[in-house]
Amino acid sequence: MDDLDRRLLNIVQADFPIAARPYLVLGKRLGIAEGEALERMRALVESGVVREIGASFDARRLGHASTLVAAKVPPERLEEVANIVSSFQQVTHNYGRDHEYNLWFALVCRDAGEIERTLEEIKARTGVSDIHELPAERTFKLRVDFRF
Amino acid sequence: MTETQIEIIKALQGGLPLSEEPFLEVARKAGVPQDELLAQIKAWKDDGTIRRFGAMLRHHRAGYPVNAMGVWNVPDDRIEEFGRTAAASEAVTHCYQRPRFANFRYNLYTMIHGRLREDCEKAARRISEQTGITDYALLYTTREFKKVGPVYFPSEV
Repeated sequence: MDDLDRRLLNIVQADFPIAARPYLVLGKRLGIAEGEALERMRALVESGVVREIGASFDARRLGHASTLVAAKVPPERLEEVANIVSSFQQVTHNYGRDHEYNLWFALVCRDAGEIERTLEEIKARTGVSDIHELPAERTFKLRVDFRF
Repeated sequence: MTETQIEIIKALQGGLPLSEEPFLEVARKAGVPQDELLAQIKAWKDDGTIRRFGAMLRHHRAGYPVNAMGVWNVPDDRIEEFGRTAAASEAVTHCYQRPRFANFRYNLYTMIHGRLREDCEKAARRISEQTGITDYALLYTTREFKKVGPVYFPSEV
């Protein structure tokens, strides 16, 4: 990753041009050709630094409900339980963490009822009952971009 | 939400293709003219329906491999002040108030990213010093089992 890549990443994380030829706009901002801007972006995707280019929607504004969930899983069953949890389409993030509550996952559902039903199904299929729903009561910060 | 808007959201899921005119392909998928698609995305960015439009990174590949979920036990009357101070930290990407549960007494969550564990520890220590809140824990990621964008309006339901 060179300096131009870093500048490109700083721009495209928060401010990807919403334009018919976005790489032309990016190229102009960076002083490079449209083709080079696109090729640099492609390389960042292929090397795995960039997962995807797209929209991050506010689930609530789409009428959806979301929550974080904490679960206490017997350590020897962590991987098995995590794989069951991950198999649900509603689960967007799923992490093992070094705590007695060792599995933390996020759900995005159409409504609160679907969250309840999904958690009941997860409990039934995993046999894990020490599961707590922790919806955000207040958001102080949500910034997912990184500075380079 | 109109039918057209739902089609646009579905067409945007999975991200933009890597091409000179990526929005053209999304517009075709959604069945709308490109101008209408671009105008709708801009309108959603303006009203907050789209929080961010851009490249999503894999932070561990981008030089921030360590991720700690900081959890804090903050008295109710100090939540506002704590939230603002924690949110001002460069290392903190997310900061939420969440309910306490069972024997888990923490009610404020800060997602902290760093190059090393020490970076996360230092950022947390600084927030602790600034706020005087000393009852906290850092839960490090031991494994990432899944990380995907949400599926809105899945077509099979």
